[in-house]
Parts: sequence; structure tokens; C-alpha cells
Amino acid sequence: MRDFSILIGGKAGSGIDKSTLILGDLLNQSGYRVYIYRDYPSLIRGGHTFSIIRASQTKIAAHRDKIDFLLALNKETLDLHLTKLSGDGKVICDVELLKEAALPVQTMTLGVPIVKFVKEENAPEVMRNTCLIGAFAKAIGIKIELLEKILKKNFGKSIDVNIKIAKKGYDASVVMESIRLPAQDALPLISGSQAICLGLIKGGLQVYVSYPMTPTTPLLHFFAEQANDFSLKVIHPESELGVILMALGFAYAGQKTAVGTSGGGFCLMTESLSLSGMSEVPAVIVLGQRPGPSTGLPTYSSQSDLNFALYAGQGEFVRFVVAPGDLEEAYYWSACALNLAWKYQIPSIILTDKNLNEGIGNFDVNETGEIKEDNPYLWDGTTDYHRYADSKTGISPMAFVPEKNAVIKVSGYEHDELGITTEDAAVTKKMQDKRLRKEKYLIEELKSFPTVKTYGDDKQTTALLCWGSNKGVCVELAQTLGLKVIQPLVLSPFPEHAFKEAMRGIKKLIAVEDNATGQLARLVKIYGIAVDDTILKYDGRPFTLDELEEKVKEKIS
Amino acid sequence: MSQNNLNTSAPNTWCPGCGNFAILNGIKKVLNELSEEVCPLEKFVLVSGIGCHGKIVDYVNVNSFYSIHGRSVPVAEGIKMANSGLKVICFAGDGDAYGEGLEHLIFAAKRNVDITVIIHNNRLYSLTAFQYSPTSPLGFKGRSTPNGTIEPPLNPLELMLASQATYLARGSSLKLDLLMRLFREAIMHKGFALVDVLQVCVTFNNLYEYYSKHVYELENHDPGNFQAAFNAIREWDYNSDARIPLGVFYQKEAPTFEDKMMSFPADIESKDSKIKEFLSKRM
Ligand SMILES: Cc1ncc(C[n+]2csc(CCOP(=O)(O)OP(=O)(O)O)c2C)c(N)n1
Ligand code: SF4
Repeated sequence: MRDFSILIGGKAGSGIDKSTLILGDLLNQSGYRVYIYRDYPSLIRGGHTFSIIRASQTKIAAHRDKIDFLLALNKETLDLHLTKLSGDGKVICDVELLKEAALPVQTMTLGVPIVKFVKEENAPEVMRNTCLIGAFAKAIGIKIELLEKILKKNFGKSIDVNIKIAKKGYDASVVMESIRLPAQDALPLISGSQAICLGLIKGGLQVYVSYPMTPTTPLLHFFAEQANDFSLKVIHPESELGVILMALGFAYAGQKTAVGTSGGGFCLMTESLSLSGMSEVPAVIVLGQRPGPSTGLPTYSSQSDLNFALYAGQGEFVRFVVAPGDLEEAYYWSACALNLAWKYQIPSIILTDKNLNEGIGNFDVNETGEIKEDNPYLWDGTTDYHRYADSKTGISPMAFVPEKNAVIKVSGYEHDELGITTEDAAVTKKMQDKRLRKEKYLIEELKSFPTVKTYGDDKQTTALLCWGSNKGVCVELAQTLGLKVIQPLVLSPFPEHAFKEAMRGIKKLIAVEDNATGQLARLVKIYGIAVDDTILKYDGRPFTLDELEEKVKEKIS
Repeated sequence: MSQNNLNTSAPNTWCPGCGNFAILNGIKKVLNELSEEVCPLEKFVLVSGIGCHGKIVDYVNVNSFYSIHGRSVPVAEGIKMANSGLKVICFAGDGDAYGEGLEHLIFAAKRNVDITVIIHNNRLYSLTAFQYSPTSPLGFKGRSTPNGTIEPPLNPLELMLASQATYLARGSSLKLDLLMRLFREAIMHKGFALVDVLQVCVTFNNLYEYYSKHVYELENHDPGNFQAAFNAIREWDYNSDARIPLGVFYQKEAPTFEDKMMSFPADIESKDSKIKEFLSKRM
């Protein structure tokens, strides 16, 4: 099998997450490239949750409709997902469950006395997962040694029982289909959230402030866990209002700070986003999208906050908005977003979504692109300090408290070069010009960055236009269909030049977006680029490869 | 005595006779004194909200962050957490800190972050030209409540005591010497300190005469005694015609948030190798 998918499902709280990681690990260690999609409801215990683990010979970032192995911890999983089973797909679950389910006769099944084994060991119910994994490992011909090694890595104190139970499952299983092991080194398996975190750290992050909200909560957890190793201050304040204002306080004092939230929290941050724009105190915001309006579908995905990210906050100010599409881009651009926020003294928004944040895949740190370490423009102490000194680029030298010979005054009011409030017409215009001028230089600098990427056949006249986490599915599909893909990464300031370059020779442009109104399609229209067709999905779930294929074929036939 | 007038280029636009002048003059003197005796001026950071009170940061030539309405406190907390060697002082209005941004005050007190919050409590919104505030008395006729408010005021000091603030005092713009003493103590107090200043707004709510008759300085009061503090704070509820105590109600030593905050050695050099190490564990 070159490319196959496993679905594991059960009740929320029954250990699916951990099993997912172990299964991913097993395949990763076997030389496959892996992509994991996690689907879970907004509750802690009881609802249905499942993961799809797809293995392939090449790097992937999308999942398929069809399932080759259905690993069920309960009947609901069988009921909900059996239709997804491919022609020669196999079901693995407890023997009794199999009897109860009465599956169609042609279904290939493997029943293992999972419940019995776990009872025999007096082990907790969650260990049914381990037994199921043991049975699966044998079914695809994975060696027991590898299984043991991976279990050891994943379990601490309960390792002995886990291994015992896994072995029982393994022994009771049969080889159903021996997978051919591709000969390649394993690559780290990480989530999008982790890639963003590592990128921010790479960019020099010192402080992370956040109020939990899916899908950026895992960033808060990661930073809190890793605070020691990476010398971070991690704060969880009373609200997102507190979050962004504290972050501005940290940044005023010279510490590189990021915050993370989703749409609802970002609503609360907008007044301070604007404060960052006016006071020129840098801010970095990881904005993870999920379906709205309002609380929407908390644990699902969406790309409906592009407009919000681009236009949030009163007044006019320069902002940097970037939407990475995969793990490498998440790492690279998170570092860049931090650097650019500090270099230009502006707010930077890293626009992601639940699919990117919680999707897990192989990460190749050598493929991220070189990250330039750019120091902010600092006051050299030779002149009187003016926090908002006018300059050719609009960037004023920064200094941080305490500084013996400088009084550092920042303000959200319109202010003069010293930071003192003004209502003078000429000063108002001059200062607004100074702040906005930074955009011109930012656009110039961004010309040396991969702000717009293209994939596939350059001679093609039909292209898919996508952004963010749809990159994976679009690029893979375009390869099979021989299409071109255009992916703008930077969305503000919009890389008009690079985008128009990418559009050369394109006669038909089809926007693929996870929203109902085609927000990117509308954005490019401002720059005179008409999208010919849109494929929009707004049910919270990502496009599967097959689903998108069908839709694209309809549009190009 | 003052070696530095701390003036800026900003013209003062407060109404003549405004109680904010007492706060301005008081804080300038105290900053001058402390910068001679305790720590250099560059280690002070002033943070303000929006209202007549907020202008104070424009009038003092010291580091400052002129933030937004109701939000000076979290900015101050961030600055202090970034560098615990700084002395961070917030200037907030009663509408600002007791209304718009009340949550922050409660949490800063609960955390015992070592910042000083000075409330310019004129018991109304002045910059927006005369509306009631959380400390306006019941029946207050402002422009949004022409028939008088129908909700009683909040006793902010009682709320702050319940929120575990470790220094609580009340001053008045009528009594500059006391005000300076309180500012000094509050700034020197290690932990969250709040000074509620009854600041007379001569234009919209001139309580000069009223306060002259009602205020008195606490005597024989033990600020270390929670119950005594509670009783003293409740002597006046910002509504009735009771006597109004001024002075320090409560003071307690307690570890600050910054003290307890884990601080890890900045080890930028090994950042890359630690990223590698993390990734290798994910193989
Ligand atoms: C979010 C927001 N809402 C409203 C305002 C308008 N506003 C400015 S100052 C103020 C109230 C001022 O009252 P207070 O905080 O008591 O300060 P004072 O002017 O009395 O010193 C208001 C409502 C604002 N600036 N921001
Ligand atoms: S309106 Fe009141 S508070 Fe504002 S400056 Fe005038 S007197 Fe002072």
C-alpha cells in the first residue's frame, strides 16, 4: 500500500488522542509520511471523537474520504464511519462488538477479545486502546519490537501493563495485509500549534500571554510546559482585554511578546490592536479561526476571519497579516511575524485555523527557509530621545525603560514626536503620514520573502487559489489534475506585485476557501483580479482530497 | 527642595482649581524625593487611562504609557512583570478603573502585583462632560441620568479589600500633605497598592465644601487589622452623609506575583539546540 488511511474512534475522553499519536508514531517510524486530522466535539466526556491517520510515501497535509482500517472502540464508531470503508477496507474491534454490530457479510473484519483482555489484567478501560493498537500493528505486519519501543516512549508509569495488553492484542491478531515499508528516515511529527510555537521561539519570543480559546489553547499549554526550557514567561490573565494590554506593557518594556486567541477573543482585543497601531508598541497575535458567528462551532475549522483580521480596529494603521499553510510555513512565518512586528513597530497577525493548529504531520526544519534575525531599530543615545522621531522610513528608534538619558513616552492619543498629546492639525497629519509610511518600506522588504507561492504546472492556464490550511489539499489535488495552485501567504500589506506575477498566463482562477462568502476572492478583486469560480466549504470540516477533486472537476469540465 | 520641575512641553488644560492639580503637584514632589532617596527617575513608569485624569502623564516628564479608557492596570502589570526593578504607577479615573476596566483592578489586587494605582475619584465622568460614575451618589443627576441615578454607588475600597489588595488608602485633593504621604507609602509598599483620591471636579461636581465638612484623618487605626480596616472602610459608603475617613485603611505584607513568577535564565544561545532537542523527541 502506497497510501492508506486509518480511522480510530470512540467516546470523547476514551483516549483517542493518545492512540492517534501512537498510531502516527508507528507509521512514522515505519518510514511513512503521516498526516493526522482530529475531529472532536466541544465537550470533555461522552460525545463521539475520532481521528484519521493517513500514511503516504510523500509528504501530505490532507486526508481522504475512504478509510482502509477502521479501528472502533464503540458501536457508534462503526455506525458512523462504516460507509467510509474502502472496497478492501478492514474493521478491527472487540469480538463482542463485532457480533453486536452485525456488519455486512462482505466486510473484512478482525475481532479481538479486547474487553476481556483488559479485564483480565484488571486494567482501566482506556487501555482498550492499547490492545486495539496491538491488534492493528500485527494486522499490517509491524514488528513487535517497534510497537514496544513506541509504547515505551508514550507511556510513563503504566508502561508494563500497557505492553502486556498490547502484546495480548498483537498475539490475538493476524497479519491482514503486510505493508511495504518505504525506506526513508522518520521526520518529527508535530502539530501546527507546535510549529507556530517553535517559530515564535526561533524569532526570539520571551513572553506569551493568552486566555484559553480553541484552537489556540494548545499554544498556551505548550508554552506553559516548555517555559523552563525556552526561558519564557507565560501568563494567563483575566480576559483577552487583559491579555493584549499586558502584552503591550511587556513590549513597552522591551520584551518580545505574543498572544493567542480565536475570533471571540480577538473581538475583545481590537481596541488594543488599534492602540498598538497608534502607540507603535509591537504586538504579535496568533489568531486561530473557527466557524462563527459568535461561539459557532468551537472545535471545528473555518477561514471566515480574514476580513476581520485585515480590518479590525478603529482608525488606519499598518499591520502585517500572514496565513501560513503548513507546518514549515507556520514555523518560518511565525518567526518572521515577530521580527517584522518589532522592526516596523506594528501589530502582526498570524492567521491560522483549527485544521492547521491541530493537524499533525511531518515537519522538516531544513525545509522552512532561512529566517533572518533582524534587530529592531534602537536609539543610539547620541541625540535627545524622541520616541516618535520622524524619519525617512517612518520608523523611529526604540528605547526601553529604564534608560538613563531618555524619557520614553508612548501614547494612544495622537501625539507629537515626544509622545505628548496633540490636537494640532499639521502635527496630526505629519504623524499619521509617518506611521503609514512604514508600509511602503515593509512592502519593499517583503519582496525578498516568499509572500505568494505557486505550485504545479506553470504552463497551465487554470489555477486553484487558496490560502492557509487548504494548501495541503489543493497542492496534492493539483498534482493529480495537472493544475496550478496560487497561495498568497502575506495578506497585509497585500503582495500585489508577487500576486500578479503568479497570475501570469492564468485564464481561469478558482478560489477554494473554508468560508461562505469567498473572502480571499473579494480581497484580490480590489487589485483587479477576478476570480472565475469559487469552491466554498463552511461546515467546519476540511475538504477531503476526494471531495475537492469532485468539486474541481465539475468546475473545469 | 525640588531639583527638577518635571515639566513637559504640554500646556495644562485642566480647569483652574481642579483637584487634579493637587495630584499632579503631589506626585511630582514625591517622584523627586524618591528619585533622590530610593531609585533613579528613569525607573519610574507612569500609566494612565482616558479621562481628565489621564492627561497627567503628559504633564510629568517621566516615562509613560498613555493607554486607553479603563485599561491602564493590565498595561502596568505587564511592564512590572517584564522588569520588577521598575516602579509602575497607574493614574486612573473612577469611571475608568471602577467602571470600564473594573475586572483588571480586581485581578491585579488578587495577584498582588507590585504596582500603585491612584484613582482620581471625582465621582463622575468629567471628560465626556458630566455623566454619573460608579461612585456617584444615588440620585445623581448627570446628563445621562437627568432624573437622578436609580442605582447606589459602589464602595471601591470594600471591593478592593475583598479582592486581597495589600495596601488601601484614601486621600483628598484638599489635603496635599496627606496625599503626598500616601503616594510615597503606596509606591514604597511592596505589593498592590491603591489610593482612592477624592478629587474635586470644580466644573461639574464641586464637592469642596462638602468634603471640607466631612473628611477627617484616621487616628489610632491599625492598618494591619483586617476587621478594623473593614469597619473603617465601611464608615462611609460613598452615598450617605457620614464622616469620611482619610488615611491608610489596610496594609499587609505578602509575596508579590513577580516574586512568585518563575523566572528562567535567558539562555538565547541554546535556543536552536533546544528546538532541535524538542524535535528529536517527536521522531
Ligand atoms: C472604550 C471607550 N468608551 C468610552 C470612551 C469615552 N470616554 C472618555 S473618558 C470617559 C469617562 C471619563 O470618566 P473618568 O474615568 O471618571 O475620568 P475623568 O474624566 O472623570 O477624570 C469616557 C466614557 C472612551 N474613550 N473609550
Ligand atoms: S472637568 Fe472637572 S475634572 Fe476635568 S479638568 Fe475640569 S475640573 Fe478637573
